[in-house]
Amino acid sequence: MASIHAPMRVGFELVEKWADKIFTPAWNPFYHLGALGFFMYWIVAVSGIYVYIFFDTGLTEAYDSVEYMTHEQWYLAGIMRSLHRYCSDAMVLFMVIHTLREFALDRYRGPRWFTWFTGVPVFLLLISCGITGYWLVWDELAQFIALRSTEWMDWLPIFGSPIANNFITPERLDDRFFSLMIFIHIAAPLFLLIVLWVHLMRVSRPEVNPPRGLAIGMLIAFLVLSLVKPALSHGPADLTQVVANVRLDWFYLAFYPLLDIWSFGTVWGFMTALVLMFLIVPWMPPMRKVPVAVVNLEECNGCTRCAEDCPTGAVTMQMRTDGTKYALEATVNSSTCISCGICVGACPTSTPFRRRSNVVSGIELPELTIADLRQRIHDTAAKLSGNTRILVIGCKYSAGLDPDEVPNTVKIEINCLGMLPPSFIDYVISRKLADGLFFTGCREGNCHHRFGQDWTNERVDGKRDPKLRKRVPRERIKQFRAGIADEKMLVDGVREFAEHIATLPKPETGPSREDKPENNDAAKTDGYSDA
Amino acid sequence: MTRPKPMGILMLNLMRYAGQAVVYGCMILVIGFFADTPTYRHLEPGMAQIKLAFVHSGKHKGGCRDRTAEELSKLARNMRRKKVCPRQRLPLLVELEIDGKSMYKGELPPTGFRGDGPSVAYKAFPVAAGKHKVAIHMRDSDRKEGFDYSSNTEVMLKSARHFVIQFRAEEGEFTFR
Repeated sequence: MASIHAPMRVGFELVEKWADKIFTPAWNPFYHLGALGFFMYWIVAVSGIYVYIFFDTGLTEAYDSVEYMTHEQWYLAGIMRSLHRYCSDAMVLFMVIHTLREFALDRYRGPRWFTWFTGVPVFLLLISCGITGYWLVWDELAQFIALRSTEWMDWLPIFGSPIANNFITPERLDDRFFSLMIFIHIAAPLFLLIVLWVHLMRVSRPEVNPPRGLAIGMLIAFLVLSLVKPALSHGPADLTQVVANVRLDWFYLAFYPLLDIWSFGTVWGFMTALVLMFLIVPWMPPMRKVPVAVVNLEECNGCTRCAEDCPTGAVTMQMRTDGTKYALEATVNSSTCISCGICVGACPTSTPFRRRSNVVSGIELPELTIADLRQRIHDTAAKLSGNTRILVIGCKYSAGLDPDEVPNTVKIEINCLGMLPPSFIDYVISRKLADGLFFTGCREGNCHHRFGQDWTNERVDGKRDPKLRKRVPRERIKQFRAGIADEKMLVDGVREFAEHIATLPKPETGPSREDKPENNDAAKTDGYSDA
Repeated sequence: MTRPKPMGILMLNLMRYAGQAVVYGCMILVIGFFADTPTYRHLEPGMAQIKLAFVHSGKHKGGCRDRTAEELSKLARNMRRKKVCPRQRLPLLVELEIDGKSMYKGELPPTGFRGDGPSVAYKAFPVAAGKHKVAIHMRDSDRKEGFDYSSNTEVMLKSARHFVIQFRAEEGEFTFR
């Protein structure tokens, strides 16, 4: 599966990098695809409510009322109708890109299976909404859809009498049919909203509104499209005629030609296989199980920071169970924890300023404890020498760094930059393990674990707890972002930083990197362990 | 690092907005295009369609019989119907001829798990527009030869005409629409 993900991911990275330049990362549509889908939903809902005011649910009145909106009241109802259609199309487009992107970034397996899995019914419901919407106009397209859909449905041995028979002669159809269709067309989007809520249940701080600038841009774009190319109906439905040519909306109705090419049974088989394939994709193959975060109650003081920062809501607070003076304790839901380590970075007890035996945090990743991280920093930094010793700490989802490209530089990879507690930055600089600390993560707005580097940057900038101490010389730290396709940019960034470090005077005080770590009491005075 | 001059920032922003306008333009071009293009051809020009569409139950398989007085007396009063029929129905044998040529001949089995439901005919036949002689025959009994119902007509079909053959069980005849 990695051989499929990798080229797709590079493709997305290249397009997104280009979009970053045009939109800025804050407005880059690729980082807000889900929110854009929601935005389109609300436009479709509002325009749909307006259109419904003028819509008449009668056999001939339905078509006439839509024609009235399109041609007589084109300046409002006509535009609303066009917005209703085009924003519905955009919803499908954004959803497809969103799905492909999450697949490319491998964000659909493991604990994320639930969000992927519930996305499948979202897609099916959306397509149903579109089909019933086109049906309501009762033009030739609606006639085509009605007949082909019911013929296809009739293949299933569940209807006593074929429902397609209702659409073969004009006498068989009556107004009640439109009442039924409008009910389905209203009920399906409401149900869709419920399924969307379920879809986001395992996402902490879900973004359901795009940035204002992007939303305004999208709205203007669709208004322009509605004015330039208003949505039009076909001729009125006539059941005495076969619809020979039909202008299909390919976003919703692309599978209808299959009904002419294959047998109905084959199309059922194909569709069922497609849906099943999408449903089981998270287990093809399943993600390697990574040990989830573990709470060490002796160290946890119930400060809630880990729960606040967790991107999946896997860490929650509960009443204390060990009888200590603290009111709360953290608890980890193993089925939703993605082992990103952001909770470790948020924990004020994650400090390396302790005796080796006591380097334990209130919450830890078994695969890389903070004791392991400190040891890894020591071991890696020991390879450096000279006056511009640069330690690069980067997340494994961002650009790789070839050590030969930048001399006297070493890199440590961690799960997510959000896992890096600010005390470690202080530790590296104050213990002179390196002359400069360069940390790099995913591109802005594109963090693999959604918030990792944002949190770390805010901590360094003193805007988020636990904050980086003021004593740490900021000129020796560089916060950088580089996606997997930005390797050259990363090399240039590290080189530039190394040149900058070379211009700084060597610090005169403080212990050397050969010094032993301080005893456990230091943790209480270094400012990181205070909750 | 030097900070860009205000004029430079303005130009950069203008270029960004221009770029965004181009991207939005491309997006609405794609959406506007695929919202109704390309046109799909469902039926070739100069063609019409004859559709066989009806629901009809075949006769009971094995035939019905009258219950004896003894059998009737064993039943509850409200269940004492004299005629008793086997549940399963016979399949329909249907043949459609267009211009003297057999277009379809087949058995339509009864629906339902126990084969006690009506048979369903729903088949479409594309034909060239023009004058056609249409003949339809159906057998719903256990006779070995011939048909129970037959009907024929001559029809002038224009291009894209949807010509439907149905069966009215009450009148026991086919209708052409």
